[in-house]
Amino acid sequence: MNRPIRVLIAKPGLDGHDRGAKVIARALRDAGMEVIYTGLRQTPEQIVAAAVQEDVDVVGMSLLSGAHNYLFPKVVELLREQGVNDVLILGGGIIPEEDIPGLKEAGIDEIFTPGTPISKMIEFIKNNLKR
Amino acid sequence: MLMKWDGDLMPYSQLIEKMLAGDKRACARLISAVENDPDAAEKIMRQIHPYTGKAHIVGITGPPGAGKSTLTDKIVKKLIKEGKKVGVIAVDPTSPYSGGSILGDRIRMQDLALSPEVFIRSMGTRGHLGGLSKHTRNALKVLDAAGYDYIIIETVGVGQSEVDIVKVADTVVMVMVPGLGDDIQSIKAGIMEIGDIFAINKSDLFGADRTALEVNMMLDLNPDTDRRPPVVKVVAVKNEGIDDLIKEIKDHLSYLKESGKLEERRKNNIKEDLVELIEEELRKIVLTRTEDKNRLDDEVIEIYNKNKNAYEVRDDLMRRLSW
Repeated sequence: MNRPIRVLIAKPGLDGHDRGAKVIARALRDAGMEVIYTGLRQTPEQIVAAAVQEDVDVVGMSLLSGAHNYLFPKVVELLREQGVNDVLILGGGIIPEEDIPGLKEAGIDEIFTPGTPISKMIEFIKNNLKR
Repeated sequence: MLMKWDGDLMPYSQLIEKMLAGDKRACARLISAVENDPDAAEKIMRQIHPYTGKAHIVGITGPPGAGKSTLTDKIVKKLIKEGKKVGVIAVDPTSPYSGGSILGDRIRMQDLALSPEVFIRSMGTRGHLGGLSKHTRNALKVLDAAGYDYIIIETVGVGQSEVDIVKVADTVVMVMVPGLGDDIQSIKAGIMEIGDIFAINKSDLFGADRTALEVNMMLDLNPDTDRRPPVVKVVAVKNEGIDDLIKEIKDHLSYLKESGKLEERRKNNIKEDLVELIEEELRKIVLTRTEDKNRLDDEVIEIYNKNKNAYEVRDDLMRRLSW
């Protein structure tokens, strides 16, 4: 691929902590990707609208508030409603192990929990793009 | 020429039809295509050309942190209240090392994401200097064809000489803030010359009056008496002065139309575009017809060793082209 991978990094819900999201955004930038960062407190609708208009390859959501079981699947649902089926969807943050299978079933392609080396995430993105 | 769409392949013409009918996803896909693939760009531009030229193209430029994104957000909000459709292209710099970028202008425009009348697209400069990306011009043509009444192009944070915006916009709003230097800065050549309107943002801060005064003094020295760019004081975060600014933007378009300068300006831009296309094509022809791929490298060695000079090599290569 001779174009940069485009990634939307989003902070869904009422959660004011975006240091992690910024660290990830910076690391993906250094890996040669175009990272669109939309800021704090996004609704799933806002995230999906941005993903469509920016025509991204990846949507990465960071969430530390505990509302991931509602917000992550909601974003997937809204993307599908728009007919978007070729975007890699990732989640990260404080996600309990036992919630991960349910989230994957709901259409989140991968969940990255604290302590994941950033290089692992970059590898995952590069190997799993859907277009 | 086909493009991937929901796993299937769809011809560009079909995608263009969707875009013309107001489909934002089709619009986004077309912008990606013109950004990533020169052949696709050519095919798309050939088809959409008849639909372009209707939008008022407004450039917002100024130094990093001046408040360009926030100001854009406020301007767009007012325009959609008037029932207008607005497209936004926000450009941020691409890393010269990794090729990656952080495109963060949407942060200031969060409420706009859901407006049906608004389309926002972020672009990295991808190595292009001058304050825009090489593909900004084509991307804005897609938005123009899609029927947006206004297209706002927010440049990267500029220094002193990134003046590309003047080649694509009808109206350039130069955003200034207090505290960036003395009055010598305002008489220097470069970005201070391209503003059709000067917006002094953060004008609730100390020094704003002085900045406005310095810009005004600089403008009074302009020999062109036809139109003197207005200076508008605004506080974007507090939504102050935005009505005045929008009035000036509209007045500028009326002025351009009445004076015939809109046509002149757009024709100049078309000419530059055309010359650029021809240059690219010539470059391709010359380089592909330079039969041996190592030929150029060999000539470089000759020039380095002082056996030849660059001009005679050029003439020699040009002579070998059969037209």
